[in-house]
Amino acid sequence: MNNIKVKVKDLSLRYGTNLALKNITMDIPEKMVTAFIGPSGCGKSTFLRTLNRMNDLIDNVTIEGEVYIDNINIYDKNIDVVNLRKKVGMIFQKSNPFAKSVYENIAFGPRINGISQKSVLDEIVERSLKQAAIWDEVKDRLFNSALSLSGGQQQRICIARSLAVNPDIILMDEPASALDPISTAKIEELIHELKQDYTIIIVTHNMQQAARTSDLTALFYMGDLVEMNKTEIIFSNPAKKQTEDYISGRFG
Amino acid sequence: MNRNVKDTIFEGLTGISVLLIIFIIVSILAITIVGGWPNLNWTFLSEFPKDGMTKGGIFPAIVGTAVMTIIMAIAAVPFGVITAIYLAEYASEKSVIAKIIRFAVKTLAVVPSIIFGLFGLGFFIGFIGKNMDGLLNGGELRWGQPNILWASLTMALLTLPVVIVSVEEAIRTIPREMREASLALGATKWQTIRKVVLPGSVSGILTGTILAVSRGAGEVAPILFTGAAYFLSNLPHSLSDQFMSLGYHIYIMSTQSSNVDATQPIQFATTLVLLLLTFSLNAVAVTLRYRIRKKAK
Ligand SMILES: Nc1ncnc2c1ncn2[C@@H]1O[C@H](COP(=O)(O)OP(=O)(O)OP(=O)(O)O)[C@@H](O)[C@H]1O
Ligand SMILES: [Mg+2]
Repeated sequence: MNNIKVKVKDLSLRYGTNLALKNITMDIPEKMVTAFIGPSGCGKSTFLRTLNRMNDLIDNVTIEGEVYIDNINIYDKNIDVVNLRKKVGMIFQKSNPFAKSVYENIAFGPRINGISQKSVLDEIVERSLKQAAIWDEVKDRLFNSALSLSGGQQQRICIARSLAVNPDIILMDEPASALDPISTAKIEELIHELKQDYTIIIVTHNMQQAARTSDLTALFYMGDLVEMNKTEIIFSNPAKKQTEDYISGRFG
Repeated sequence: MNRNVKDTIFEGLTGISVLLIIFIIVSILAITIVGGWPNLNWTFLSEFPKDGMTKGGIFPAIVGTAVMTIIMAIAAVPFGVITAIYLAEYASEKSVIAKIIRFAVKTLAVVPSIIFGLFGLGFFIGFIGKNMDGLLNGGELRWGQPNILWASLTMALLTLPVVIVSVEEAIRTIPREMREASLALGATKWQTIRKVVLPGSVSGILTGTILAVSRGAGEVAPILFTGAAYFLSNLPHSLSDQFMSLGYHIYIMSTQSSNVDATQPIQFATTLVLLLLTFSLNAVAVTLRYRIRKKAK
């Protein structure tokens, strides 16, 4: 097993008084794919969003516990959330490219980091698009609006956009749930490529997708972490009855 | 009552209101065009009024309205946009300050415009202007009387709520996903506003402010006591000069003139000019919105 990249300790989260995450403790290894599965509303997205402190943006959220990334507690008072988010990229369920050109979408992150030299930006844009396996499809229309692309292409643009800021970790919240099977296959292939260099955490509703793409799988149920283990084990020989039931489609 | 009958009645009522609105618009346009068009010519647009304002043109009123509109926009738009950004992006739902601002905006929006005029008279002229004279001019009267600056600022107060509301609405049309995308890339809140929210809502912001400003351009009541003049033989040279305005010109010619009948052609033509001015501002707003939408596609 690789080094631990993210270490979560006794993390609880409330939306107002509603307890959405209950004492979650888990270790997430570096440069592997970890999948979160579980029925709708069990807290997968909520948990994912605690890892880049996206829940900070929601009023009324209270968080207890600790999340260490590279041994630094990201909920510490003197953590710069902006820097944290540069290190922990996020891909959303609904692809959300800006209403700008493909090029400007990718250059957005580098630009806010103060990079303005055209040759450097060109190079980052090309490299990121290649990494996200979409360069060939868009290289002739870099200056067209990203919104003119197909859903699957838009999602890969979003992946390229987040790669352009050089994150260590990429969080993906059901990145393929709105896509057709071919686009989904492309995203899965891409996840496989990216794990050489990045730690990937993916939320998915699709059990086959978790089985195909991930090294580890964690099952959530009503705010609890039920079980987490190597994906083969979760899918062949889970320790908990609840996991077995969920995997075999008996609930959720 | 049977469903179909209800539907028919409702459709009938809708149809009647649509017809009524169209009828009103067409009548206003027809009356002003028929009455005003024959008198509209270059001399009318480029000359000062003559013969106790029964002849001549409305040049100073056009310039006055334009200058007032510009000063008003310079004062109201930045202030309104900043307030709207604060309300839409920074204030939390529960923020007391935001609640106070919203309450103030709503209240301002329903205050009759004549009250703004009285406020301008008391506040800008009676208070600020008088004190400026005391401090800057050794008590000599310069700012403590009606002028184009005070009139424009009074007008700015009147349009401010409209600007704030329409800009806030425009900003709120940017979906949360866009802000999250930007923040997740490590953008600060301000960077997100500047690079995602404002560019995305610029067409709404422009349209809203232009509409608000063009609405103000024709108002009379707020400038009645704060800077508009009955007749001036010169254009305003400084902010402390009075000015003539199209709306006010129509008002005085139709009520105060010694010979109302003689001025009737001028009234119609002035009305036509004012309508053309506000319509063309609206046309600019519509075109801008269309262009920007097309570009975003
Ligand atoms: N912004 C919010 N405010 C209040 N409650 C929320 C908010 N977001 C989520 N919740 C609640 O927290 C719980 C967990 O939601 P979450 O979105 O994390 O579930 P999920 O596992 O991602 O579900 P899905 O598979 O449907 O995406 C749910 O009960 C949900 O209603
Ligand atoms: Mg979710």
